[in-house]
Amino acid sequence: MTTPAPDASKPRIGGEVRGLVYRAGGANRIDGIDLALPKSSLTVVLGPNGAGKSLLLRLMHGLLEPAAGEILWDGKRLDERMRVRQAMVFQRPVLLRRSVGANIRFVLRLRGKATLEAVDSLLAEVGLEQLADQPARQLSGGEQQRLALARALALKPAVLFMDEPTASLDPAATASIESIVKRAHERGAKVIFVTHDLGQARRLADDIVFLNRGRLVEHTPAERFFDQPDSRQARQYLSGKLILD
Amino acid sequence: MQDFGEAFRLAFQLVLTADPDLLEIIVLSLRVSLTAVAFSCLIGLPLGAALAIARFPGRPALIILLNALMGLPPVVVGLLIYLMLSNAGPLGWFQLLYTPTAMIIAQTVLITPIVAALCREVVEQLYSEYAEQFRSLCMTRRQAMSALLWDARYSLLTVGLAGFGRAVAEVGAVIIVGGNIDHLTRVMTTAIALETSKGNLALALALGLVLLTIALSVNAAVMMLRMTASRYAYA
Repeated sequence: MTTPAPDASKPRIGGEVRGLVYRAGGANRIDGIDLALPKSSLTVVLGPNGAGKSLLLRLMHGLLEPAAGEILWDGKRLDERMRVRQAMVFQRPVLLRRSVGANIRFVLRLRGKATLEAVDSLLAEVGLEQLADQPARQLSGGEQQRLALARALALKPAVLFMDEPTASLDPAATASIESIVKRAHERGAKVIFVTHDLGQARRLADDIVFLNRGRLVEHTPAERFFDQPDSRQARQYLSGKLILD
Repeated sequence: MQDFGEAFRLAFQLVLTADPDLLEIIVLSLRVSLTAVAFSCLIGLPLGAALAIARFPGRPALIILLNALMGLPPVVVGLLIYLMLSNAGPLGWFQLLYTPTAMIIAQTVLITPIVAALCREVVEQLYSEYAEQFRSLCMTRRQAMSALLWDARYSLLTVGLAGFGRAVAEVGAVIIVGGNIDHLTRVMTTAIALETSKGNLALALALGLVLLTIALSVNAAVMMLRMTASRYAYA
């Protein structure tokens, strides 16, 4: 199996948010988050429903405009030049109404690098090389998500955002996504991974960002988070209790 | 009733023997309407796609206007194009009045709003699905537009068909700017109107049959294409 060469010219990028606020429906859905994400770690964002995990991801990727605060990558404000070096995989993959191969070609062409070898190697990376000519939207859920991931990797992202990509996948498909993400991280991408699944967080995370009600509750190394979380809310969450405050 | 049956018999005979006059009229009709559809798509598809993804003040008003223009009465379009192309009009020096070109212009004006408005609807719906992904990919407006038009290709075929249906079946615009001149600007609809008023029901009926057949077969073809598209999950 061929894998794309690591992008050594572009170091991992550390992200930072300061005083981040996002308002919707008259309420602060993200409420004054300060956070510094290390360059080299695989960060997992955890929290109950409505904690603002996906919103934080979208804000950090520039898909949403914050009401207040700033987002920095490598010390610079998030702009289009930075956004081009980021990629995101959504919970429900949005695939073009084209073949599997054409979905990859489309993204490579956007960046002006569509070669047959590049398409093949990306499809091989996610194990879809046999399905290149299939209509993308006829793939199974797991295959669709792998294709979405291959498309994100086609961008050679310095930062890879994953928004609950395995929420509706079976264990085998989940394992496959996780190993692809780990490889991408090993090759140099900063990964920020939102999940509901505590087991997945244990398997993947170097550090955990724990959110509740739009606020940052704690940001701790994964080992400490699972053994001795700093906050009461995290302890409640880890023990399977509902967090009502 | 006897006459009616006779007219049908003659009509079928004209069609089956490929009567040269009949063929000439059919070919001109198709040439005019298909060319008009092609121009309408060239103008209307990008226009509709742009309107689907752009956000600017006055956009809702423009959409309402475009939707209203879908119901443009053909005779009014005919009259306006007549005024433009007549010798006293601003485009009079082109000497286009009573030519197939004038008919193409009139039909293009008539169906471009249809193509643009329907395209806007189709593309906007698709864009609501793609928008976040496209924004994540940092795509320009132009890249988004062409990707959306391509991905909506099967739905847009139906849009083109709607335009063609309207163009090939209208009589008001082409009769005013074309003049229904024999061997020059006589198309199916104008010929049917004329032949019926003359009492020549056979030719009128023959043309009517051809028109119906064209409508049916184009619809069937598009339906088959769409079924193929949805089988491959492209629709």
